[in-house]
Amino acid sequence: MSVFKDAGHLFRFAGLFVAAFLVFLIIREYVVPKSFGQYGHYRGNAIAEIAAHPVKFAGHSACETCHSDVQEVKNVGKHAHVNCEACHGPQAKHAADPGSVTPPKPDTATLCVRCHAASAAKPKDFPQVAAADHSGGVPCETCHKPHSPAIADGGSK
Amino acid sequence: MKITRRHLIILLPAAAIAWKHVLAGSLEDAPNYTMTEHWWSMLIDIPKCIGCGNCVRACQAENEVPDGYFRTWVERYHVKDWDLADPEVISPDGGKEGFPEAKDDGDKYFFVPKLCNHCADSPCTQVCPVGATFVTPDGVVLVDQKYCLGCAYCVQACPYGCRYIHPEKKVADKCTLCYHRITKGLTTACCESCPTGARKLVDLKNPRDPIHEFLKTHPVQVLKPQMATGAKVFYSGLDGSVR
Repeated sequence: MSVFKDAGHLFRFAGLFVAAFLVFLIIREYVVPKSFGQYGHYRGNAIAEIAAHPVKFAGHSACETCHSDVQEVKNVGKHAHVNCEACHGPQAKHAADPGSVTPPKPDTATLCVRCHAASAAKPKDFPQVAAADHSGGVPCETCHKPHSPAIADGGSK
Repeated sequence: MKITRRHLIILLPAAAIAWKHVLAGSLEDAPNYTMTEHWWSMLIDIPKCIGCGNCVRACQAENEVPDGYFRTWVERYHVKDWDLADPEVISPDGGKEGFPEAKDDGDKYFFVPKLCNHCADSPCTQVCPVGATFVTPDGVVLVDQKYCLGCAYCVQACPYGCRYIHPEKKVADKCTLCYHRITKGLTTACCESCPTGARKLVDLKNPRDPIHEFLKTHPVQVLKPQMATGAKVFYSGLDGSVR
């Protein structure tokens, strides 16, 4: 074949190219994670890894499993729709082991004003007080029971 | 074997079923959860937000967000009269410890909680050079921190400023829409701790989700719709001054 006469250098180069390509394929096989491309151009297993992170907030239904008495008190008051962990903080550890992990009682001196301190930026129909004028330093829970705050309710908790 | 047209017609549906099975995928840690059955987003009802900062604190506790960095934060807008283009915006420590009192001087004040908009067509995932950030089949934008190089292209690409480089891990970090919670049937930490119901996790693929009724009956808006990012965090009662 006269076409390939003096073409040895091209074949050698092509052979080199093919060998390099094979090396590339072998390295790629080892380096690219198995799940890459499972759902798209990313590592599919990353989704499951992120989904496996531990939970810190137990969720309202977990609280109600044991504390249905508190929920009954809350249900009659204005705080019926405020989830327990909104004030008590993340309690997944407590929910998993109620015996040894007991959450501290929130301090109403700092807790209540987080939501109820007066500000023109808050919705007009949201109950707000200028704390210093309103109670003169008397703790909120002296008059308002946090789980059912209206004074008329006389809530027990 | 020669594949005839007849073979192909028989093979195609079988291949389609097999491919759908691959796409559906269930997570090892949440065996009853099928990704293709969900399309997550969030609804934020601005007139209900009181700026208490519960969401910011809850997010930092749930996701171990370092101090001074935020996956969600709350801004307070102050709009004087007609000047919508130049609102005064404050967000002291992301609103984590609340806001200074606003005096009732007749101006317009309101709070805007912000977080990743979990865009369906997000610019942040498009610029990643290594495929470390992506939109999951259930519509959540996540970062694969084992794959991320920390180049911060995505931090620059996000039009909403929702990403940061984690100061210790040196990789991109952002809101996961509490993916580890929503796949277990829980709501996000911010929604769990919101006392007024101003934030609600929604599943747009769930026909029983009240979001569908809400979207039909309320004027809603997404942030920066002109960016065409397919943002999925819906704001009800959003003021035109919000950037």
